[in-house]
Amino acid sequence: MTLNVAAGDLTQRTQAIVDRLIGLEGPLLPILHEVQDEFGFVPQESLPVIAEALNLSRAEVHGVMTFYHDYRNHPAGRHVLKICRAEACQSMGGDALAERVKKLLGIDFHQTTLDGSVTLEPVYCLGLCSCAPAAMLDGEIHGRLDGAAIDELVQEARK
Amino acid sequence: MGLVHEIDYGTPASKSETMVTLTIDGVSISVPEGTSVMRASMEAGISVPKLCATDMVDAFGSCRLCLVEIEGRAGTPASCTTPVAPGMVVHTQTGKLKDIRKGVMELYISDHPLDCLTCAANGDCELQDMAGAVGLRDVRYGYEGDNHVRARNNGAINAKWMPKDESNPYFTYDPSKCIVCSRCVRACEEVQGTFALTIEGRGFGSRVSPGMHESFLESECVSCGACVQACPTATLTEKSVIAIGQPEHSKVTTCAYCGVGCSFKAEMRGEELVRMVPWKDGQANRGHSCVKGRFAYGYATHRDRILNPMIREKVSDPWREVTWEEAFSHVASEFRRIQYQYGRESIGGITSSRCTNEETFLVQKLIRSGFGNNNVDTCARVCHSPTGYGLGQAFGTSAGTQNFDSVEDSDVVIVIGANPTQGHPVFGSRLKKRLRQGAKLIVIDPRRIDLVDSPHIKAAYHLPLKPGTNVAVMTALAHVIVTEGIYNEAFIRERCDWSEFEDWAAFVSDPSRSPEAVEAYTGVDPQLIRGAARLYATGGNGAIYYGLGVTEHSQGSTTVMAIANLAMATGNIGRKGVGVNPLRGQNNVQGSCDMGSFPHELPGYRHISDDATREIFEKLWGVELNKEPGLRIPNMLDAAVEGTFKGIYIQGEDILQSDPDTKHVAAGLAAMECVVVQDLFLNETANYAHVFLPGSTFLEKDGTFTNAERRINRVRRVMTPKNGYADWEVTQKLAQAMGLAWNYTHPSEIMDEIAATTPSFAWVNYDYLEKNGSVQWPFNEKNPQGSPIMHVNGFVRGKGKFIRTEYVATDEKVGPRFPLLLTTGRILSQYNVGAQTRRTENVAWHAEDVLEIHPHDAEQRGIREGDWIRLASRSGETSLRATITDRVAPGVVYTTFHHPTTQANVITTDFSDWATNCPEYKVTAVQVAPSNGPSEWQREYDEQARQSRRIVGKLEAAE
Repeated sequence: MTLNVAAGDLTQRTQAIVDRLIGLEGPLLPILHEVQDEFGFVPQESLPVIAEALNLSRAEVHGVMTFYHDYRNHPAGRHVLKICRAEACQSMGGDALAERVKKLLGIDFHQTTLDGSVTLEPVYCLGLCSCAPAAMLDGEIHGRLDGAAIDELVQEARK
Repeated sequence: MGLVHEIDYGTPASKSETMVTLTIDGVSISVPEGTSVMRASMEAGISVPKLCATDMVDAFGSCRLCLVEIEGRAGTPASCTTPVAPGMVVHTQTGKLKDIRKGVMELYISDHPLDCLTCAANGDCELQDMAGAVGLRDVRYGYEGDNHVRARNNGAINAKWMPKDESNPYFTYDPSKCIVCSRCVRACEEVQGTFALTIEGRGFGSRVSPGMHESFLESECVSCGACVQACPTATLTEKSVIAIGQPEHSKVTTCAYCGVGCSFKAEMRGEELVRMVPWKDGQANRGHSCVKGRFAYGYATHRDRILNPMIREKVSDPWREVTWEEAFSHVASEFRRIQYQYGRESIGGITSSRCTNEETFLVQKLIRSGFGNNNVDTCARVCHSPTGYGLGQAFGTSAGTQNFDSVEDSDVVIVIGANPTQGHPVFGSRLKKRLRQGAKLIVIDPRRIDLVDSPHIKAAYHLPLKPGTNVAVMTALAHVIVTEGIYNEAFIRERCDWSEFEDWAAFVSDPSRSPEAVEAYTGVDPQLIRGAARLYATGGNGAIYYGLGVTEHSQGSTTVMAIANLAMATGNIGRKGVGVNPLRGQNNVQGSCDMGSFPHELPGYRHISDDATREIFEKLWGVELNKEPGLRIPNMLDAAVEGTFKGIYIQGEDILQSDPDTKHVAAGLAAMECVVVQDLFLNETANYAHVFLPGSTFLEKDGTFTNAERRINRVRRVMTPKNGYADWEVTQKLAQAMGLAWNYTHPSEIMDEIAATTPSFAWVNYDYLEKNGSVQWPFNEKNPQGSPIMHVNGFVRGKGKFIRTEYVATDEKVGPRFPLLLTTGRILSQYNVGAQTRRTENVAWHAEDVLEIHPHDAEQRGIREGDWIRLASRSGETSLRATITDRVAPGVVYTTFHHPTTQANVITTDFSDWATNCPEYKVTAVQVAPSNGPSEWQREYDEQARQSRRIVGKLEAAE
């Protein structure tokens, strides 16, 4: 993740991603994913570059980008912790789990700790209903979480 | 009176010819297959409640209000997205539907302000109407929850609330009133084709966003107004409605800007214009508009308008306001004195392409029957005179062959020397709509215009030719079509002169005219020319649209003929979807040409030397007409400099700014003894005038305009002329002062005279236009329905004529002193010399003319973005700011000519079309160098203009 990117560099790196993926069928979402992987978020300056290449308006690309919660318009913390808030997890104590994490980190959903270590986000179903309640840390899933297990996850994230 | 009411059918009409019969609420109705249940209901007179549907855009099915029940089908389908089926039985009002609709409305209203009484849309709000229609009495959810309505919830900042966006000068966007029906987004996409709007976010967080959460002014928005028209609430509202209130009556009229000729409803409150709304039944625009016609009418009431006639002895004197009587008798006596002193041929006049057919007819009648000469010309001289000549030669009529609807059937479109999205925006949108459906586009233009590459539009071929080489490129296209044998032999044998074709085919087949051979001077990759030629010849219905980039050249007429050749060789004439279509610049330039504005032609393009034609007019007018053609504008000016031409009556044209070689025009005008200018404003030409007659706007008079598709459209008076008289009345009073016994009481009587004397207008009359809206000439015994498409069963002249088109390079060549080629054009928000649009809020988009220059050329000269530069040609020099862009090729620079301070025509030369004298605006060899500010000429000119605009007893008039 690079935070301070010069504008010209940003355009060039976005363009390189676009050039690599433009041949795909329906390339917009894969391009946005790659851009997010490259910069840690989708910089607004990338959108006109993508729009131009895909023969779209920048409004359209903005519309798609803002529709999906997974695309960020600003950098996240070093780690991203997502707690499942869907029905199965809620019925297995997901809400309490979420409250516990909020307290531990001192932040609410969609916020990042002051030290920049963790961003907390809700997620609606990780497909782990049989192992509820579940969470995901930096893309890695964790099931059957209880207080101790979640404390450990938070500990790991704060390192 | 009252408002002209248009029915909203909810979804667009189906074009199917198969009819389907169904029953809706017990009413049996037959509609075309593919029609929605919603539209079918409306046609049966039953309006189903709706919010997200409107018939300018496709059905969307998001508001869940238009649900119906259909016997034999489960659930409650949305009537807008459900097509009719034979035998279908539909119920639009049941207990279940009532409950659902009420529930939906409750949800909408729970997040909507309840300020109806003070809301700008009060009386014109579909949300309000629907609340009434479903019987909403109570909102069970309350208003306290999550909302977009209030800036603060119980003192805490409401992050969902967004402030009003008032950046656009003509309308506001108030997100707190938005119901997220997406009508604006869809109108921007489907009607306008700009894609400037989107819905950002999702779920309850969704809001309309211009661009990337930008303000409207900063976004891609072109301010066409389609979104404002589509909005069912006050979210998008005209600022004029906010300021004035809802209109109470309206009249359908025709826009007075470009040659598309859009129909608008002028919505009024008393004599105050509240807004202009495009009329869905308008056959040129089909309910669409652009920023000029929709919003830029403020000039009509601008404080710069001159409302009293004025006279002065010398142009260095200040103006003196006089009565109309004094002005008329002064002009009459001056013109008579000049003719007595210098001869009958020493005066003349210029008709206006901005005025009505009737007014133009009167001016040429005044000149031919009152002045007793044929010294009449019009601004078409400087724009489309080569079209008149070229198409007249090839096909036998001096006009485009299609209606605008025709583009809906085109498969391949060539756009050459035109920039429709800027110059003819409504046609541009209609073209883009067809391109999005899959039609292919070929752009032939030195500049990468928007059509080459913009959202959802990509030209199959862009031929970026060097300015001035149109003929070579068009002939090379013909070379490919002929040598590769992809011409339409059957069509040519049937419709054209075969031996002329053979001669032409041999001519274009010469290897010296191949794409490879001409590359050296056209600069176009031969493979592009070959590909484009194959596409046009074999891609289905091929249509050619062209503009001033074709005509304003030393070989303008030749290029028009080359275009006609291509269309004939490929059989692309005489049916829907094909044809040769000049995009005419002014609202009534077609009409002014039709009305006999040229020195050699009487109305209907009949030569003045033709005895039979002259006799018709001589009999009616009771005078003998001169059979010798008169002087063209450039000849009048030459004669003035030589001292033989001394007086001129100019109605509604600013020749000083719009004609080439400004210094020569100024010298010509300065040499005359009586220059009479009739205009809305003290234009640049008026700086040299002795008499100023105030003109009236299109809102202040009755008449007709004829657009680029030959459509005769009514112009209707909605307010009293602020200057006292409509322009036709001014000309009539002047004629009376000169002793002519004219006595028209209404423009319809002038049209009757036109119809009586001009075969192509024979059946035109105001009653017909009142009943049918409009008609395309020729309209007579042979064409009882008018003529949407011409040359259907054969060419008007008999056999189509193939004409050799030898490329001759212009004399205007680049050299070491002037190494760059300047070409000119226009921009969406401004109109021609800008006399009108500069006096509206449109200046928000284009406050000055700038020079586009390629980064390479700029770097060589040390020019940076925004720098003042000196632009010099062999004729003169001027200064303006530069912008650096690769839209133009290296070696080419480009500017617009909307602002008088730029004086782009100080630069242009006096080279002109060999056949018609149409000036070569599009090619000038220039040099560009950094500079410190305005040139000497600009400063002198500004001072002279300031001096010459003084009026006795008034503060200095502002430009």
